[in-house]
Amino acid sequence: MSSPTSTPGGRKRNRNDIPATPGSIGSTSPPSQRRRGQDSSNADLPAMPTSPATDIASPTVHDTSLFSSPRRSVLPSEVDMSSPLMYGTPSSRVEGTPRSGARGTPARQRPDLGSVRKAPQVDLHSEPPSADGAVASEPSVGQKLVIWGTDVNVGTCKEKFQRFLQRFIDPTSNEDENAGLDLNEPLYMQKLEEISVVGEPVLNVNCGHVQSFDADLYRQLICYPQEVIPTFDMAVNELFFERFPDSILEHQIQVRPYNALKTRNMRSLNPEDIDQMITISGMVIRTSQLIPEMQEAFFQCQVCAFSTRVEVDRGRIAEPAVCRHCNTTHSLALIHNRSAFSDKQMIKVQESPDDMPAGQTPHTTVVYAHNDLVDKVQPGDRINITGIYRAVPMRENPRQSNVKSVYKTHIDAIHFRKTDEKRLHGLDEEADQKLFTEERVKTLKELAAKPDVYERLSSALAPSIYEHEDIKKGILLQLFGGTRKDFSQTGRGNFRAEVNILLCGDPGTSKSQLLQYVFNLVPRGQYTSGKGSSAVGLTAYVMKDPETKQLVLQTGALVLSDNGICCIDEFDKMSESTRSVLHEVMEQQTLSIAKAGIICQLNARTSVLAAANPVESQWNPKKTTIENIQLPHTLLSRFDLIFLMLDPQDEAYDRRLAHHLVSLYYQSEEQIEEELLDMAVLKDYIAYARTYINPRLNEEASQALIEAYVDMRKIGSGRGMVSAYPRQLESLIRLAEAHAKVRFSDKVETIDVEEAKRLHREALKQSATDPRTGFVDISILTTGMSATARKRKEEVAQALKKMIQSKGKTPAMKYQQLFDDLRGQSEAAITKDMFEEALRALADEDYLTVTGKTVRLL
Amino acid sequence: MPSSNDWINNPLGVVEEMFVQSNSNPEWEAKVLEYFKGKLKEKQAYSWIPSLNDVPLHYLKPNSLVKFRCLVQDMFDPEFYMGVYETIDPSTKAKVLRFGKYKDVTECGVDLNSRNTVTAERQTFYCVPIPGETLWEAFLNHSHTYARSSQARVVPSTSYIPSRQKRSYEEDDEMDTQPQKQREPHTGGSPQLHANGDSKRQETEAPSGQTTSPSNASSPLDLNFPLPGERGPACLVKVYEDLDSFKLNDMLEVYGILSVNPLLSVLSSLLDPTESMETPEEQRAHDPPASLVPRLHMLHARPLQHNNPLLCMFIYVVSSFMVEMASVRAEFLAYLTHILLGDGLAAEYLLLHLISSVYARRDVLPLGKFTLNLSGCPPNSSFTESLHQVIQELVPCTYRLSMTLHNMNSLRLVPRKDYVANRLVSGALQLARNTSLVLDETRLEQGQLDASGVQNITALGNLISWQKVDYDFNYHQMEFPCNINVFVTSEGRSLLPSDCQVPLQPQVTPPNLEEYLSTVHKAQLTSQINKFRVYLSVAQTLDYSISDEVTKAVEDDFVDMRKDDPQSVSAEDLHRMLVVARLLSLSLGQTSLSREGWMRAKHIDMLRRTRSQPQTTVNGNEP
Repeated sequence: MSSPTSTPGGRKRNRNDIPATPGSIGSTSPPSQRRRGQDSSNADLPAMPTSPATDIASPTVHDTSLFSSPRRSVLPSEVDMSSPLMYGTPSSRVEGTPRSGARGTPARQRPDLGSVRKAPQVDLHSEPPSADGAVASEPSVGQKLVIWGTDVNVGTCKEKFQRFLQRFIDPTSNEDENAGLDLNEPLYMQKLEEISVVGEPVLNVNCGHVQSFDADLYRQLICYPQEVIPTFDMAVNELFFERFPDSILEHQIQVRPYNALKTRNMRSLNPEDIDQMITISGMVIRTSQLIPEMQEAFFQCQVCAFSTRVEVDRGRIAEPAVCRHCNTTHSLALIHNRSAFSDKQMIKVQESPDDMPAGQTPHTTVVYAHNDLVDKVQPGDRINITGIYRAVPMRENPRQSNVKSVYKTHIDAIHFRKTDEKRLHGLDEEADQKLFTEERVKTLKELAAKPDVYERLSSALAPSIYEHEDIKKGILLQLFGGTRKDFSQTGRGNFRAEVNILLCGDPGTSKSQLLQYVFNLVPRGQYTSGKGSSAVGLTAYVMKDPETKQLVLQTGALVLSDNGICCIDEFDKMSESTRSVLHEVMEQQTLSIAKAGIICQLNARTSVLAAANPVESQWNPKKTTIENIQLPHTLLSRFDLIFLMLDPQDEAYDRRLAHHLVSLYYQSEEQIEEELLDMAVLKDYIAYARTYINPRLNEEASQALIEAYVDMRKIGSGRGMVSAYPRQLESLIRLAEAHAKVRFSDKVETIDVEEAKRLHREALKQSATDPRTGFVDISILTTGMSATARKRKEEVAQALKKMIQSKGKTPAMKYQQLFDDLRGQSEAAITKDMFEEALRALADEDYLTVTGKTVRLL
Repeated sequence: MPSSNDWINNPLGVVEEMFVQSNSNPEWEAKVLEYFKGKLKEKQAYSWIPSLNDVPLHYLKPNSLVKFRCLVQDMFDPEFYMGVYETIDPSTKAKVLRFGKYKDVTECGVDLNSRNTVTAERQTFYCVPIPGETLWEAFLNHSHTYARSSQARVVPSTSYIPSRQKRSYEEDDEMDTQPQKQREPHTGGSPQLHANGDSKRQETEAPSGQTTSPSNASSPLDLNFPLPGERGPACLVKVYEDLDSFKLNDMLEVYGILSVNPLLSVLSSLLDPTESMETPEEQRAHDPPASLVPRLHMLHARPLQHNNPLLCMFIYVVSSFMVEMASVRAEFLAYLTHILLGDGLAAEYLLLHLISSVYARRDVLPLGKFTLNLSGCPPNSSFTESLHQVIQELVPCTYRLSMTLHNMNSLRLVPRKDYVANRLVSGALQLARNTSLVLDETRLEQGQLDASGVQNITALGNLISWQKVDYDFNYHQMEFPCNINVFVTSEGRSLLPSDCQVPLQPQVTPPNLEEYLSTVHKAQLTSQINKFRVYLSVAQTLDYSISDEVTKAVEDDFVDMRKDDPQSVSAEDLHRMLVVARLLSLSLGQTSLSREGWMRAKHIDMLRRTRSQPQTTVNGNEP
């Protein structure tokens, strides 16, 4: 300690502190780490100390306070500035040196790093800091000088970081933030250039980059962020103003590291993480109002108008009791509007639901955001926070000798990153970079290499539901989805990649159970029931916040399941208007809103898995699908696959079903697990394939698809029907792509097309078979009526006309009588419906009119 | 080594001793746990320890070992505390190492700068008495504790009458010194040494706080009980070990050190509100006054499979009871038949329902649940209420939810996270496992359900079909699996789904229903009722299996049934019959399915179906 005025007390304490340097620091507990900052600021803070006069005047006050004492005597500021123990802010250091152009750019306080801006440096080899030892504060001198309490040498650290900035290249970077940068040039130098152009003095540094460049530097950054980050700041500013001496910034550049790999989960935070830099993910649940926090208090003497500034020390301002100018006691008054404040905001973050073990409640953590990070996040945002984890003991109270033995913990945020940001812009695959360990990827790839992976996965799907193999396969393909294609340049917009499936069938065929299973399997699934949901609940609605009068867009199930699956049960019970919103979603994959002055288009790239019951409670095999479920064909044609879940009513099936059910009830948990794939593996498999596999059609497959389509058209054309539409071709392509994804293949090959064809045919066979002829007739789904039915309608109408004509000139007839006559005349049974339809057809021809119970000829 | 009473009366002293002996070797923590675990294993040890459930808080000695039978209602964030710290004596400057584990407040003169400080982590659970615990249970537990634990009683008086109004003069006297001890910071030695004058004032404070809070509905502190009208002590349990092994809604018997240090509330009120990170609401929820919500530092916890005190006490009975099963079942069935106005079939089903329990889950499907819908209950009579009273006498936990329109629209069934107070606001569906929930649909009248009413009905439907409750976390929902026996009484078929519907066909029509039921009810001896109680709990916990042979037979049977009439039997029916067969076997004390059991299950299912046939066709097709 060079300052001659520093008291023996202060020096003694410093000497005691020395043993706590590097070796032991890794394991020290937080309070001792904290002390290093506190001590130093006590010893070196120029404006802090109270005068000896007050020490004498009010000794009691000091005795109760922890760090107080007569020791803390006056340190004239000019002496202190020269103290080698003082490690100033970048600005104060830089100011004197000619090599920097940073002069004039004000430094900005970093409350996020705490009050340790003035950490002393300590020489490892020499005795406790004395006047001689401390001279060597420059790195050029051979001595190993470190910041007290750490193993950080400012000079080396600075040099390393500058080297990192100048040399780091990451050719494989695919972060969106680096868009537009030349990946073969030093990344961060380009970012500095960006800063000089844009003028936003913040440099975000990916810790992963630091780690790959210099593991030791990374370790220091993680362990001693409050010392290392200011050093980084200093390094950046030197470098920056060297390069761009003329640029004008609002304040000096601040380094914001992110993506510290230390911790990813709030649950795993433990006492060892205190005072270290961590990154956690979570969801914002509450943000406080802006809190102005005093950084520097401005006092003015009421007697002589002498003014003085006092900096905050650990959240406290020490009010000077005596004016240094005129020696009047208690004459200084705080002038609020000349004091310096910084913004602060308290944010509560809750563990994201995916990180939680089942059966426990989510944890929450308090985060403080400072300055420009204030109001960066809103409640409901999912974010990654990088910051310093703090634990503060309950404040000591002078009147109380006991303390609560609990620490308050919080995180001082350095960097926020919203994880769902991309969803709003939404072009790319989902933003959660689900991390797969290499081991996991290996097991997944091994699984993919098995020839029967498709069968394996489909049987792993909802094992408690019996058979329905094809339906499970269809749902499996839906889970994988097709490849997203962008044709917006050619004006066609996006091609839908999602596969939509409709299940219909008898009640009690575990349709709901299948839906529940899928909903539980996919991360972004929504489950609604057609009975209970309104159009608004499905889409989005605009709400006025009662407090702020602000309009808020609340999103419904379809938007929420963007990139996921929306399961809709009791699809048939849905009201007409609700169903109509699905038209847009199921083909264009967007939702348009025009309400209360808000006009927007939201992404709803969701796959729809719907279940519908037949109208007559039991499926009537004599009727077509449309007639059975009474859904508009416009909507039906948007489903890629429509499956019937029927009771097959066959003995062998019954036997297998019975066996399945009975074993369900008595097999032990382990037995089941042995037989089947783990749900977690299935989840990972799907997530991996969706993220990394983007299959494209190869030549053979394209040919196969063309052939398949032509074949489908041919079947119908022979009977004067159209049996396939371009929509069916698109479905085939999607299914083939999904099947390729199941195989982890980047190419869609013929086998994929074969399976797609097979599955499509199976579904059609079930749902589009004309019950009257037994042929597959796609027009049942596309127009709502089979070609034979249309033909028959025609015939009945003609027969009726003939009959009426044969009766001669009768201007009016009884309705009932006419019906009976027609029935008597015709060989085939004629229902009332058919009769009415025929009447309507004739009315359309302007041949007759029906008024009440009478039919008049025109 | 401390004497047997010491570890109950002064557990901190025991811990202290071990801590000092250990010489700051961190192994002392494991030793402490082992010691207490060993002590608790001793015969009768469980019964020596006073229970927070039965003994009013002000009769318990602070810093003594108590037990608490509870449900984990909420889990707060983990907190860091000073596991070990150093104090400096202001006069002698001597430094002493101390431990902060199992304590809320530190000793005087903490040296915050000491290098010996060890920071450790613990978590707080907000625990409430098991919701819907029936009165017989409370009574039994009570008398039991007092019959055997007189030596462990804090107040060594000769007679303690459970009713809280009556207090002997002698006890009153003892009381005076009681709160005084709470005040005293525990200094490691004997806490009884210093006593001074102003104990009278404190005496009046403590008990009044205790009695007013639960009874007074408009009390400022909401103790957050799941069911309305509940009372009893809530407790903040500090958990140190195996944090991950505890789950929300677990039933636990916690053995821990009671801490009611009034300093706690003083300390928190002294904190500058602007500096604290917590809102006042949050503080109130997380740091309620210790006199209302005591702290319990957990030493040991026993997860409870059931909370039937009869079974806990007479553990030896289980094996011998198996022999009696069949005969008790017959008696029980007869009793239920009387209650259900002579309807034997309905009684049979009610019996099966009462012993049902979710024993496994296959992906989303819960196995073993058996929701019963008893339709044809006389409306506008007290029948359903009396029925619930009977159930109340039989099962350890039950709750009757009268599904009136008002209740449906206004009650909070699903627990919801309150982010302002940062706690889980409980709802009526936050229940312990195997709680019997009686839904009285006869009270439902025509009218408009509002949004929350629809949500409540949906929640009930989900509970019945999937045995899960989706807790509302505002930004997302979280699914908590549960195991609740739902019994729906209705006039016609219930609007809620159910596994099995039985229309009630009364064989007798007593002119005065109430009188009839109460006479039937009173005719049973307590010993017999007790037998029924044990019977239900035993049957519920039995294991069960199906042999390959019977599997084959069941399969054949199913195929045959389908052959005759495919419409008559569906997969759903097979599901139900398998459950019925399982419960039937268990009700007879058989742990595997026999052919006869299967035939019998088929038979009663057939009976039931013929009975409800006309009704199902009417309601078969929901528009």
